[in-house]
Amino acid sequence: MSLFDYIADRWDRLALQSWLHVSEVVQSTLLAAVLGVLIGVAVYRSPVGSAVATALASTILTIPSFALLGLLIPVFGLGPTPAVVALVLYALLPITRNTIVGLAGVDPAVTDAAKGIGMGRTAVLTRVELRLAWPAILAGMRVATQMLMGIAVIAAYAKGPGLGGEVFSGLTRAGSANATNQALAGTLGVVVLALLLEGVYFLIARFTVSRGIRG
Amino acid sequence: MADKGETAVTPDSTAGAVSGAEIQLEGVTKRYPGSAEPAVKDVTMTIPAGKIVVLVGPSGCGKTTTMRMINRLIEPTSGRITIGGEDALKLDDVKLRRKIGYAIQQAGLFPHFTVAQNIAVVPGLLGWDKKRIAERVDELMDLVGLDVAQFRDRYPRQLSGGQQQRVGVARALAADPPVLLMDEPFGAVDPITRGILQDELLRLQADLGKTIVFVTHDFDEAVKLGDRIAVLGEASSIQQYDTPEAILANPANDMVAGFVGAGASLKQLTLLRVRDVDYPDIAMTADESESPSDLRARMAKAGKTYALLVDRRRRPQRWVHVRNLSSVRSLAGVGRPVGDTVSTRSTLQDALEAILAEGGHAVVTGTRGEYVGMIDIETVTGVLAQLREEHENTDGGDSADDAGDGGDSAGGAGAAAEPGASAS
Repeated sequence: MSLFDYIADRWDRLALQSWLHVSEVVQSTLLAAVLGVLIGVAVYRSPVGSAVATALASTILTIPSFALLGLLIPVFGLGPTPAVVALVLYALLPITRNTIVGLAGVDPAVTDAAKGIGMGRTAVLTRVELRLAWPAILAGMRVATQMLMGIAVIAAYAKGPGLGGEVFSGLTRAGSANATNQALAGTLGVVVLALLLEGVYFLIARFTVSRGIRG
Repeated sequence: MADKGETAVTPDSTAGAVSGAEIQLEGVTKRYPGSAEPAVKDVTMTIPAGKIVVLVGPSGCGKTTTMRMINRLIEPTSGRITIGGEDALKLDDVKLRRKIGYAIQQAGLFPHFTVAQNIAVVPGLLGWDKKRIAERVDELMDLVGLDVAQFRDRYPRQLSGGQQQRVGVARALAADPPVLLMDEPFGAVDPITRGILQDELLRLQADLGKTIVFVTHDFDEAVKLGDRIAVLGEASSIQQYDTPEAILANPANDMVAGFVGAGASLKQLTLLRVRDVDYPDIAMTADESESPSDLRARMAKAGKTYALLVDRRRRPQRWVHVRNLSSVRSLAGVGRPVGDTVSTRSTLQDALEAILAEGGHAVVTGTRGEYVGMIDIETVTGVLAQLREEHENTDGGDSADDAGDGGDSAGGAGAAAEPGASAS
């Protein structure tokens, strides 16, 4: 059976796995974005806070994904939970770091003017600072998403959902019928989905970044 | 000239189109934790309603800090600030700032907002309805000289420096605040644009009558814009607070003199207009239709060697010497063309330029360009001497107005003189 025949034959299952894979990655990215932006907002005014937050997030990234999942399974058991926790932790670094960089890069004259003409603390943050830092935050989310697409494959080790299951079972059954096709289909699926999400990010940037600050 | 003892105009932020509100600072001090000397020490001054008061001083003297305490971007450590009689320190600081226009160097425009959105921010914060905001934006763009159709939807980065400053001023004026704070708003634009923007600010102010506190380190800008100038020394100590004329004519101490710099007399000439001085009608005028022999007879009788030929509308045309008259049959085309003339609206500096170019005197013309008199170099020097004398005589009276710690400012003068001189 050729790869194309295999994909056509198992389309329903592959489509479902793809959907679960994307959904897992997107949800984890969104969760990490909320956390990352909150952390960034909390620390960006203090150089020490920024350094600590970035260092902590970097440390998480240095833990091999297999090891992290292994550590999480005893805590959360098998299934989607440890997978999502691991993905969120990995996504935190690019998002937090970019939030801090983006907020710190806002021209002080602009925030001074915003305060000076009578914007309150929250308005300055939400209407000016975060809006100006948004392209950087979005870039961080994009890097995080790309990274998570790959890591989510590994998360199948903890019985997480997604295309990782295909890859793993293909590899463990190496030599038997369709084993190579199964692993390849899973891998190809991840690559195609990553490209699709890249396109989605392009559109999001197009519609949410003000023309006045678009590069 | 000195407009002391004005009564405070009742503040009216809703119908403030005519007038601003008086600002009073009483013993205002700012002390930062961990620094021995206060950044601003015991400043007391009254900023009259509807006037432009310029705070000028060397870098780091605390002039910006002083200004930023008025809208409480910096909270004073001690002292009292009232705006139109209302205690500014008791109001909610965010709400207070919505009633005070604020314009800064390089405009500080929001780069992600269009020109219209930038101007609309404060009216939006105040909850105006959309239609009223849109009308106000158009009105303001018109007021600061930006074409609505062309610039409305542009982003700040698509504007020149001068255009950005105009938007900055429009944004500051958006909610028609009685008070405007301007921190070196024209500091980052080229000298030609700066001159134009200064002229426009004066034009706007003539219509609006806001109370404007303007911070700059450029004394020439202070002279041009200020109804009053406060020259500040270290820790914002007031060295002299008076009209530009008085400061130029009679600097209170060495530090002020150093800051005024060279050419005080020339700067003074920019403040006076020809209409303020005598321009006697001493030239003998003649219409071109007059016969040369008649004119010659008149000139001989009056003892004049030159006559000024004018056209039908009495606009000066040519100077004719009595010698030229013997050999001609008509006055058409006779004599030397009149070069620079000055109008009664010209500054004395322009007049001096014309006098020097014309060789000792210049023709003064009225509003329609008609001959009204002559001005010469003695008139100019006489006016300067008279001014200097006047301000020396009123010196005692002025110091009462120069609020603040008298002993301190006298003591600080010597120490502050050097940076003042180098900054000028």
